[in-house]
Amino acid sequence: MGDERPIRESDLDLEFTREVRAEPGGTQLDLCIACGRCTASCPVQAQNASFNPRRIVRMAVLGMAEDVLGSDFVWLCAGCYACRERCPQGVLVTDLMVALKNIAVRRGIVHPSYRAQIAELRKFGRLYEVEAFNKKRSKLGLPPLEDRPEHATSLFESTGLDDLMDGPGEEPR
Amino acid sequence: MRLGLFLGCSVPVRAQNYEVSVRRVAPRLGIELEDLEGAACCGYPVQSVSRETALVMATRNLALASRRGLDLCVLCSACGGSLMEAAAELEGDEDLRARTNRHLEPEGLSYPGGVKVVHIAEVLAHRVGAARIRDAVERPLEGLRIAVHYGCHYLRPRETHPAGEDPEAPGSIDELVEATGARSVDYPGRLACCGGGILGIHEETALAITRVKLDAVAGAGVDAMVVVCPFCSVMLEGNQKRIEKAAGREYKLPVLYYPQLLGLALGFGAKELGLQLNRIKAKELIARVGA
Repeated sequence: MGDERPIRESDLDLEFTREVRAEPGGTQLDLCIACGRCTASCPVQAQNASFNPRRIVRMAVLGMAEDVLGSDFVWLCAGCYACRERCPQGVLVTDLMVALKNIAVRRGIVHPSYRAQIAELRKFGRLYEVEAFNKKRSKLGLPPLEDRPEHATSLFESTGLDDLMDGPGEEPR
Repeated sequence: MRLGLFLGCSVPVRAQNYEVSVRRVAPRLGIELEDLEGAACCGYPVQSVSRETALVMATRNLALASRRGLDLCVLCSACGGSLMEAAAELEGDEDLRARTNRHLEPEGLSYPGGVKVVHIAEVLAHRVGAARIRDAVERPLEGLRIAVHYGCHYLRPRETHPAGEDPEAPGSIDELVEATGARSVDYPGRLACCGGGILGIHEETALAITRVKLDAVAGAGVDAMVVVCPFCSVMLEGNQKRIEKAAGREYKLPVLYYPQLLGLALGFGAKELGLQLNRIKAKELIARVGA
């Protein structure tokens, strides 16, 4: 980390910490003893030092909203659950990463990769246009499938995902 | 045994070899798979944006299975993870179920709880069992050395996976491989991630994770790798040539879905199992087993 500087009280947003704690992935946040097993277990950290779960957990505890939510590292979790499996304190580290991303989205920051996937789901109800593959499927003796966009769009509308995604559309820096 | 078949997004498009091999081997072992009409995405890709929307998407699929009175069999481990987590969360929380079901009302659906979500490998390992598979083998794959890649979501998080296998010391897929007569070979980091979860976020990091795996397997001297998830296959097989280029070394490592390997042992032909669709051709392996 080349950008080390002391953390000032003015950097901290305790409202953010409360928001994290209220998420299903944040309920065990305060039990973290900073032992670093999550970081030692993390396959992403092994290849890319900018993703450091222990550091992210500390930042969430301290309320470093700006540094976490505006970062690109918050999107780097591979969701492998090795950290959650090995945490001696039962901190739901993987779920915490989901919580942080969800909070970022609520503040208008959506990674373009997810925007693209949601756009596909809106078009086809799945991540791909399955009907385009029906010819190939029938050659293999596989049954045809239908694109049913409404199976996604109706739920996106009623759960408020559409409103979430219609925000200012900021991208992580 | 009757099970609803949940295909998800990737399998029917990118892993038809997986799907076709499952549909071949299942009936041979007394598994009757019924296609789940109206099923859509499991919700997993939406989780990072809205956990709530993802839960509702997962629940909709559970409700479809419940309406047909079926447990749900998944082929993709990420679909499995998403649906198992939703099922577990809803099982103990009536309020959450009511809130979630409200979004399904317009379609006339409701999820009362009770659906079990199982991965096809769990079905084979725990409901069919290695003994019955051994009895059904017509062409023992003796002499084949196989590296098993469990993948993350087949095992973790342990709390929501009904099979209750220890994610730090699993054995189900090794047993399944050995039931075919092949040998499951250990290698460093065999429980590690394929990197697939962040392919769309940071390609370089994702492929570096995959490379660690391929390097380790290459050092173990195996005939093939076995996977049970379409995205693990995308990483380990689909991206193998790109990683070879970047790494300046050749792996030429065939990656088979477990039901393809099982199908060979049950006497099916390579084409019947979709092996012509595998990107890294398993010609030598196929010739050796005489399929």
